[in-house]
Amino acid sequence: MNKNSGSLVKRLVGHQLFIPILAIILLAVVNLINDPGFFRITVGTNNAGNTVLSGYLITILDFGSELAILALGMTLVTAAAGGQDISVGATIAITGSAMLRILCGGVARPEKIAAPIIVAFLFGCVVGMLCGAFNGALVAIFKIQPMIATLILFTAGRSIAAWINNNELPIVPDPRFAYFGGFIPGIPIPTTVFIAAACIVIMLLVLKFTNLGLYTQAVGINENSARLNGINPTKIKFLAFVILGLCVAVAALIKVSRLSTINYSVIAKDIEMDAILAVALGGNALSGGRFNIMASILGAYVIQFLTTTLYKFNVSSDALAAYKAVVVILLVVFSAPIVREKIGKFGRRRASAREARG
Amino acid sequence: MRCETVSEQTILKMRNIDKTFPGVRALSGVDFSLCKGEIHALMGENGAGKSTLIKVLTGVYEKDGGTIELEGQGEVHIHSPEDAQKHGISTVYQEITLCPNLTVAENMYIGRTAGMFTNWKKINADADRILRQLDIPAKATQQLASCSIAVQQMVAIARAVDMECKVLILDEPTSSLDEQEVQKLFGLMRDLRKNGVGIIFVTHFLDQVYEVCDKITVLRDGQLVGEYKISELPRVQLVAKMLGKEMDDLSDIKGESGSADEAQAGEVVYEAEGLESAAGVRPFDFHIRKGEVNGFTGLLGSGRSESVRAIFGADRVTGGKVKMHGREVKISNPYEAMKNGIAYLPEDRKVDGIVGDLSVKENIILALQVMKGFFKPFTKAEANAFADEYIKKLNIKTASAETPVKSLSGGNQQKVILARWLLMHPEYLILDEPTRGIDIGTKVDIQKLVLELASEGMAVTFISSETDEMLRTCSRLIVMRDRHVVGELKGDELTQSMIMSTIAGGGEEHE
Repeated sequence: MNKNSGSLVKRLVGHQLFIPILAIILLAVVNLINDPGFFRITVGTNNAGNTVLSGYLITILDFGSELAILALGMTLVTAAAGGQDISVGATIAITGSAMLRILCGGVARPEKIAAPIIVAFLFGCVVGMLCGAFNGALVAIFKIQPMIATLILFTAGRSIAAWINNNELPIVPDPRFAYFGGFIPGIPIPTTVFIAAACIVIMLLVLKFTNLGLYTQAVGINENSARLNGINPTKIKFLAFVILGLCVAVAALIKVSRLSTINYSVIAKDIEMDAILAVALGGNALSGGRFNIMASILGAYVIQFLTTTLYKFNVSSDALAAYKAVVVILLVVFSAPIVREKIGKFGRRRASAREARG
Repeated sequence: MRCETVSEQTILKMRNIDKTFPGVRALSGVDFSLCKGEIHALMGENGAGKSTLIKVLTGVYEKDGGTIELEGQGEVHIHSPEDAQKHGISTVYQEITLCPNLTVAENMYIGRTAGMFTNWKKINADADRILRQLDIPAKATQQLASCSIAVQQMVAIARAVDMECKVLILDEPTSSLDEQEVQKLFGLMRDLRKNGVGIIFVTHFLDQVYEVCDKITVLRDGQLVGEYKISELPRVQLVAKMLGKEMDDLSDIKGESGSADEAQAGEVVYEAEGLESAAGVRPFDFHIRKGEVNGFTGLLGSGRSESVRAIFGADRVTGGKVKMHGREVKISNPYEAMKNGIAYLPEDRKVDGIVGDLSVKENIILALQVMKGFFKPFTKAEANAFADEYIKKLNIKTASAETPVKSLSGGNQQKVILARWLLMHPEYLILDEPTRGIDIGTKVDIQKLVLELASEGMAVTFISSETDEMLRTCSRLIVMRDRHVVGELKGDELTQSMIMSTIAGGGEEHE
């Protein structure tokens, strides 16, 4: 029995999901020791008078949704283009603003919504995909490094968002619009959880029933070879950015719905870094190629788990970033292949030592 | 074996080297010794353990057992390539490992300037002096990328030499050089030998071994077969020792099929008229029949690869008419070529062939999968069946179908790419240097396979820089010079001397 334990440790440590899962377990243990009440889920009534579930776990699932959705697209972009899109926060502002423009019809305090919510959302999707297409074209066709290409919208995005609504902060009068970032009456679980789950399921289905995964990885690993096998690398990279644009639109819907309005300079601030971090925490190489989408999703929830834990420890929101950085350094170092190899070796040696003694 | 004379002392002694990878015993109890001022060939098939032995010596791998002794230093422990360099062991790899966007001098001195400040003037002058001494046609301030591959290789050697190395390892340095460049490299090696440097030369080219080496050490399956003086080991025996069996004469493999008259061969599968591409190949006409094996020959850079790339649509096609089975088709990218039943095994396995991080299985099914379509992925069972079938058929040595292809040896990587294209069941298969950098056993396998495929009715274009391989397999040769087709040889004209004279200046009488 001992004979296999060494390789089992190695297999476990070597698995891509090891780090995110380990991080979740560690965070859970820390919280358990600090306050077992962390895991309590209570039934209460919210402002709108709905029966809802509340608790820290619900908070993590709720507020991790946008990040998880963005991580889906970011993983594909990273894999195909070997670089990251740093404009997602700014493009969330653009798409969110576009949705509000449609909903409010350009009026700051409308009496009722000017168009159905679905129309606004679909328009937002188009805008999100256009932003993605813009980035994608720069990267895929003009061969500009992803970070430089997306720097353009990163810089200009929030101004464009403000311009779309003439720098007004329109408020959506329809309470139904708040359902997407809150609760649907009668359903005690946050709607965002369902939206994220739906996005994840759709992505998994797409990866299963198309060759998106194979093509993306082939392009990311060896573009020349992919081309000589009949794959069009330009198309695949472009597609990855457009898919990320779609993810951005969904995330923007949630973000805007949470407030029923928008704050151009604050909405989804720094979310691009968290999204990139989610991909990295999942053990995916930021230089592209092989990816594991589940690992990125877990990475996203790890980040939210960490944020929520820090809030629980009464870390002020100003200091949050610093604390987060410390934990992130630990996680990233720990997930470095060189460290994991050492751990694997250590496990093997212990196992063989036990064997020798036994 | 002792060194020849008293003045020639042993400078490197490796004893009983063991190295095990998960599931593979890469080296077991291998001895190797090198004398001052000798060129020592390290020979063996792929997977024989040459690379592993070199990597143990240069500190890339940690050995599991055995000792390494260096002259004057006793037993040494080498834990990293920097360690190796400090001990006077330098390596020049098959792939250039320098930085192409730096200058020649920067490349020669990178990583070994002490202190924070660098006197570039002095360094450039030093570099120029060494380059002159070694007769290398490059300037210190020139960007490395602007030099030819051969010169880049020489710069890598110059860097090694300047670091006062005692042991110089050349790992397949000649595989991307043409004959003239090889001669220059050999000149450099002989000079270094005179200066007392011990050179370990790893190569697949038998001719080169006999031209330049003093001794040969043969490895097989991770074990030492023996060490021989070059004069005491005829070629046939060397090959036999590498393969571990007496080899049937290579020239037998052609049989009757190769000499078949063109008239008897099948219908024309592919036909091009005035084909030209953005890569600079001049308009040329070409056709190939069912069951025919033909080839493009010419010196390095003559345009033979560019020609087949134009056929496959790998480079931008700028003109010409193409017909498949007499029907005009448009082939402007690889996908269209594949749709028309053309497969292309590229010249540079690493750059254009394998998708390193993907598994053997994924690499095998890639082309067929692309043909099948984006929305129709193979099921796991289908993919596994394909992979298993071809791993068995081509005898690909891999731990499993899930192993990343980059961890396979060169020959086996080549077989994976071959499997990829065979799986497509193409009508017309283009093989550009399928035998480069792989062991002799696999070379023969591939040549046999080519003839077998042709006898089953496939049209095959076979390109190799080793002309005897082409003479053995092809029934028609298209000769190229300076990106022009200058002649076509068939039947009795298929001889080394005919090829040479056609390349050199003949060709008007044909076509």
